Amino acid sequence: MNRTYGIWAMLGAALVASCGSGSGAGSAGGPVAPIGGASGRELAEAQVLHVGNGAEPQTLDPHRAEETSSFGVLVDIYEGLVSESPNGDLVPGVASQWTISDDGKTYVFNLRPEARWSNGDPLTAHDFVFSFQRGVDPKTLSVYSYILSPLLNADDITAGKRPREELGVRAIDDHTLEIELANPTPYFLGLLAHSMSYPVHRAALEAHGDQWTRPGNLVGNGAFMLDEWVVQSHVKVVRNPYYWDNASTKLDEVWLYATEDLTAELQRFRALELDMTYRLPAAQIGFIRENLADELDIAPYLGSYYYGFNVTRPPFKDNPKLRRALSLAVNRDVITKQVLNLGQISSYGLVPPIKGYMQQQMPEATWTQEAREAEAKRLYAEAGYGPDNPLRTQLMFNTGEDHRRVAVAIASMWKQVLGVEAELLNQEWKVFLDTRNQKRDTQVYRSGWIGDYTDPFTFLEIFRSTAGQNDTGYPNTEYDRLVAASQSALEPHARIELLQEAESALLADMPILPLYIYVTPRLVQPWVGGYEPNLLDHHRHQYMYVLKH
Amino acid sequence: MFSYTVRRLLGAIPTLLILIGLAFVLIRAAPGGPFDTERSLQPEIEANLSAAYHLDEPLYQQFGRYLWGLLRFDFGPSFQYRDYTVTELIAAGFPVSLTLGACALVVALLVGVTAGSVAALRQNSFVDHGVMAVSMTGISIPNFVMAPLLVLVFAVYLRWLPAGGLGEGNLVLPVIALALPQIAYLSRLTRGSMIEVLRSNFVRTARAQGLPTWQVVVKHAMKPALLPVVSYLGPATAHIITGSVVIEQIFGRPGLGRYFVTGALNRDYTLVMGIVVFYGVLIILFNFLVDLAYAWLDPKVRYR
Repeated sequence: MNRTYGIWAMLGAALVASCGSGSGAGSAGGPVAPIGGASGRELAEAQVLHVGNGAEPQTLDPHRAEETSSFGVLVDIYEGLVSESPNGDLVPGVASQWTISDDGKTYVFNLRPEARWSNGDPLTAHDFVFSFQRGVDPKTLSVYSYILSPLLNADDITAGKRPREELGVRAIDDHTLEIELANPTPYFLGLLAHSMSYPVHRAALEAHGDQWTRPGNLVGNGAFMLDEWVVQSHVKVVRNPYYWDNASTKLDEVWLYATEDLTAELQRFRALELDMTYRLPAAQIGFIRENLADELDIAPYLGSYYYGFNVTRPPFKDNPKLRRALSLAVNRDVITKQVLNLGQISSYGLVPPIKGYMQQQMPEATWTQEAREAEAKRLYAEAGYGPDNPLRTQLMFNTGEDHRRVAVAIASMWKQVLGVEAELLNQEWKVFLDTRNQKRDTQVYRSGWIGDYTDPFTFLEIFRSTAGQNDTGYPNTEYDRLVAASQSALEPHARIELLQEAESALLADMPILPLYIYVTPRLVQPWVGGYEPNLLDHHRHQYMYVLKH
Repeated sequence: MFSYTVRRLLGAIPTLLILIGLAFVLIRAAPGGPFDTERSLQPEIEANLSAAYHLDEPLYQQFGRYLWGLLRFDFGPSFQYRDYTVTELIAAGFPVSLTLGACALVVALLVGVTAGSVAALRQNSFVDHGVMAVSMTGISIPNFVMAPLLVLVFAVYLRWLPAGGLGEGNLVLPVIALALPQIAYLSRLTRGSMIEVLRSNFVRTARAQGLPTWQVVVKHAMKPALLPVVSYLGPATAHIITGSVVIEQIFGRPGLGRYFVTGALNRDYTLVMGIVVFYGVLIILFNFLVDLAYAWLDPKVRYR
């Protein structure tokens, strides 16, 4: 059933694509007048933006949200102490300024006295105290509570060992907030722009119970406020007149559509119903590059795609040579440029490019592919495998067209270069997560990680031997020590060096096979102004506007 | 007739209980749970999540709790859409699916039955072959191919109609896409049974007595010719209302079908259960209505 559907869907997509390319540009009858008027900067009369937002948001409770489609709405209706500029740099949010103590553990924030909730109530330091306490309280059921883990006592509170009142946050007065951390955490300001750090309106929560996130009940503090929420259709937000910087907001309305079906999203974009898409259907990238090149925007994303080796079981247990051989035999440029062709960046390390951090790479990254393959053959033989005794292994991935294509390509590279017999096995996502985490049946598996904040720690912490997400089972006490040491390192350079050392150690042991850095491909109509791609793919619509067209 | 109706309705209860039981066990038997993500949860939060959704209780207790909720029309909270209860989601999604399905069904019936009858009356003519060729094509092209084609032509190129969403005029393309295969099927069904009825003795008698053709067809032949159509209608109605998943996805309509798919993928136990129960009741109800309609149309069934 599934397979037939897939074939038909592909045929359909191919048909649609070929029809499309036949008649040339999809934007037939496009704008006649120059965009932005004579000056190129004239605004359209109606400042209304229609954007694709991916899946249906699971919740609009900032402390219970866990996926990008929720975050996509939350950044518009809430604001933390710190916010982000269009390109992702940290900028003052509700706090106009702050001071950090010499030991890096105490932060004092001065809140804007003009900051208000969307119902006009003043927004004070007490609101933030309440909200931080709510975020770490295990009763809130926050999947992301670990974002607030740097706060003093946060982990104990989440574990139910202390009352939430003992959290390291207090209001000195209505507009001064003090936060105390357990360790100096250089990326802490970045965490304050995360939805876990958004304030929630206590009175609204208490008055409406489970219904508090509904339009009419939800009280936020962002540049926009929730106006309409039709599940599986759209969320509509409108200008918040009480926002402290309302004068800078140009858009009056933003419609964020649930666009799970990427082909349907593309058609709605081409029919001019959407000003921006969330993503692209990968299968149609050829058509898009040809016909919508000006609208196409591809930028690096804070995410790493890799394969993991289960190092708790043979054949990969205690066998770094074999792991390295398999890694070197893969031609990453073929994967990124030919198999996927969405602009992904070939990668020989775990951490994506982050400002101030020197990406570590496998030493062979600078070699030619021929040299890598020769080395792969040598290591493969040293590990005891050869033409008469080929490695038989199982490559597991979660169901998905692109994952399948990558897996097929990699299995054939292994076969060609080393003679490895890899069996491909796909599982539906939740089943896959379960299998992977149990480490009983996996050998090589598809994996990936999207960072929560722009610091290498968000990537490196997952391979600590104690981390629940470490599905490789990789045990390295030296690695653990380096990552732990980075947490208490006061001097930023020393800390970064420890993290770089940790990544090198990881790449020397090769429990993972790095493949590529994710990208955020999307289509943006030429009349959308103020859009800038950024690493976390956070887009606050308060910076955007619609040009005359 | 009354006792027949009551007996049929009571007979539906065990069917429904078996359905609920099976769905309850099956969705929980699938590996992976509603709160599994790539990020590992802190144990305390995982325990609280389980407790909040009663997943820490023994299965029989969860089942009892669920049945007790059903009696009060409470389908429980959705695991995935955390801000909504399943009852709310069904209440929001069903009207959308129903509007689309009902429109498609009416269009399919009007066009399908008319086309089929015309083809039957002009058997083996150019019209007949035309209608049958079109309907064969309609049956052969699945709607997940037809729908994107319609979008491409009418929304992307011509810009006559919207490609998706809930605004004005947005019903036209999804209704056509959903109705087309049904039109095709219904026209073939009507044609076949109409040809058979037109050859029967009572029609020949009516003709022999000099009744005009339209009167013979509409007054005498139509009713018996529609019998197979009516028996097809029960499952078709349920199918059209529940089976609009693909169409809803392509046109971005927030109907029930999409919840079912995303609910199953995300192990949203309560949402999947709620929709199974709701659809189960719906299908039982439609089959029941078809039986009643049958009794009305066919005296043989009525007097038995």
